Amino acid sequence: MGMTFAEKILAKKSGLSQVKPGDVVTVEPDRVMSHDNAASIIKLFKSIGVERVWNADKIVIILDHAVPAPTDKHALNHKEIREFVKEQGIKNFYDTDSDGGVCHQVFCEEGFALPGHLILGSDSHTCTYGAFGAFSTGIGRSEMAAIWAVGRIWLRVPESIRIELEGEFPQGVYAKDLILRIIGDLGADGADYRSVEFSGSAVKDMSISDRMTLCNMVIEMGAKNGVIEPDDKILSYLDGIAKSEFEIVKADPDAFYERVLRYDLSKIEPLVAKPHGVDNVLPVREVRGVRINQAFIGTCTNGRIEDLRIAARLLKGRRIAKGVRLIVIPASWRVYKQALREGVLEILIDSGAIIAPPGCGPCMGNHLGILAPGEVCISTANRNFKGRMGNPESEIYLASPATVAVSALMGFIADPREVL
Amino acid sequence: MALLRGKAWVFGDNIDTDLIYHGKYLPLTDPREMAKHAMEYVPGMEDFSKRVSPGDFVVAGRNFGSGSSREHAVLCLKYLGVAGVIAESISRIYYRNAINNGFLVLECPNISKKVKTGDELEVDPESGLIRNLSSGEELFAHPLSGLEREIMEKGGLIEHIRSLMEG
Repeated sequence: MGMTFAEKILAKKSGLSQVKPGDVVTVEPDRVMSHDNAASIIKLFKSIGVERVWNADKIVIILDHAVPAPTDKHALNHKEIREFVKEQGIKNFYDTDSDGGVCHQVFCEEGFALPGHLILGSDSHTCTYGAFGAFSTGIGRSEMAAIWAVGRIWLRVPESIRIELEGEFPQGVYAKDLILRIIGDLGADGADYRSVEFSGSAVKDMSISDRMTLCNMVIEMGAKNGVIEPDDKILSYLDGIAKSEFEIVKADPDAFYERVLRYDLSKIEPLVAKPHGVDNVLPVREVRGVRINQAFIGTCTNGRIEDLRIAARLLKGRRIAKGVRLIVIPASWRVYKQALREGVLEILIDSGAIIAPPGCGPCMGNHLGILAPGEVCISTANRNFKGRMGNPESEIYLASPATVAVSALMGFIADPREVL
Repeated sequence: MALLRGKAWVFGDNIDTDLIYHGKYLPLTDPREMAKHAMEYVPGMEDFSKRVSPGDFVVAGRNFGSGSSREHAVLCLKYLGVAGVIAESISRIYYRNAINNGFLVLECPNISKKVKTGDELEVDPESGLIRNLSSGEELFAHPLSGLEREIMEKGGLIEHIRSLMEG
């Protein structure tokens, strides 16, 4: 009997020839990632009583949740992290400077996300690295402290779901609409504890950015990880930037999947997730006309150069609606510089947008665009939980960068195909 | 693990981590401060931390704890003295975080339909048997696995690892 991607990689990393769903294995991760919550992990690590971390080279810390620090408490957390990385010799540290940005974006750009690697992060969107063929998933901070101390963790082998993608997106429809469709169909717990493998001809046509959007959001249906088999596109991207050696791990053709789903991309239309659940998915046309106060383009889901280009193409030579705030946050400083060189930022600024420094920004209500009671935001982020952007009386709609840009233009939720 | 007895507080499906513990309180580290904000974003439950008594249970529907990996969502309930969460299903990361912090989580089919807020529950974490003393009904949760129980008994993953290293 063949093994799925998850079974194969967890067998390999635990030194077993065969594993099956439900087995519990002990593994040493190839790389671990933390962001601002490294501050609390440091305290837990120290409470274990170990002097040195298990392997300083395998630890990556990228500040992004609140950069530059908006409060004294955040500033203190950052300071403690700076002292710790120095003391422990952790070289892979990305501080509040122009090498940084949203942790998941920087992690991939810097060549840490590698095929066949087992990567754990103290952030739920660590599943993003599956776009590069890695097995990556989010864990808690106690678990991360334990890994820093002993270099091992227990993982349960998950059941697997395969999602086959065929066809081409119609105009105005993007990977974000597709993943919203899938989450809407499966539900917020529809893939709980499962490994999700995306396959099919349409995946091969997708950009790396689109693949990251898909894998990024599998956690919104409860999945443990999402993965796409690496191809030449991935290998040429990694050529020269890969931080270490890697070996591709592929699912066996005769592996067993708990479910196999098929989607024809040509049948997807622009979608939104309505407040207050990511699986509360409707076609844009059914909510057309809902007034918005703020539009947000950014985050680990949709803050890449491809996303900013889509927004710029729609907003070029136009002015966003009066009374709407359009906040654009490139996912990293690398994306920021690229957008600057291409004139994308100037187009966005001319349309009335403001550009904030790379980081998570208002996504989880920390800073740079908190909502007031009664306000409505349309966002390219991955979560629209009640109060997520700082106020329980506000509402968040999730959509593609195109839908967000066009809605900013109109002042209400609108379908990008109206402008294209 | 001893028998537990406490009052139930019943919540719905998809109680996510922002409802349990909002992102804006992430920088807090004082347990008493964290406890104050437990369930604050659940409509009608803004003052949950004042109403709940130590030893009470949080009972919920499907997908409890979905969303962020923040352990605060476990710790705020633990620091408040809540005895545990019994839900129809619990999201993967929340489940792990709870066990790793020595906080009881049990998955029990239909619990949110069989228990009302205010019902008195008797819970055996070892066997998974839940008695609703108010209705007389018995329910069966999935019992914890061996490793989970071992971590719970030590008080959490950090303590578990410390004991392994000393042993």
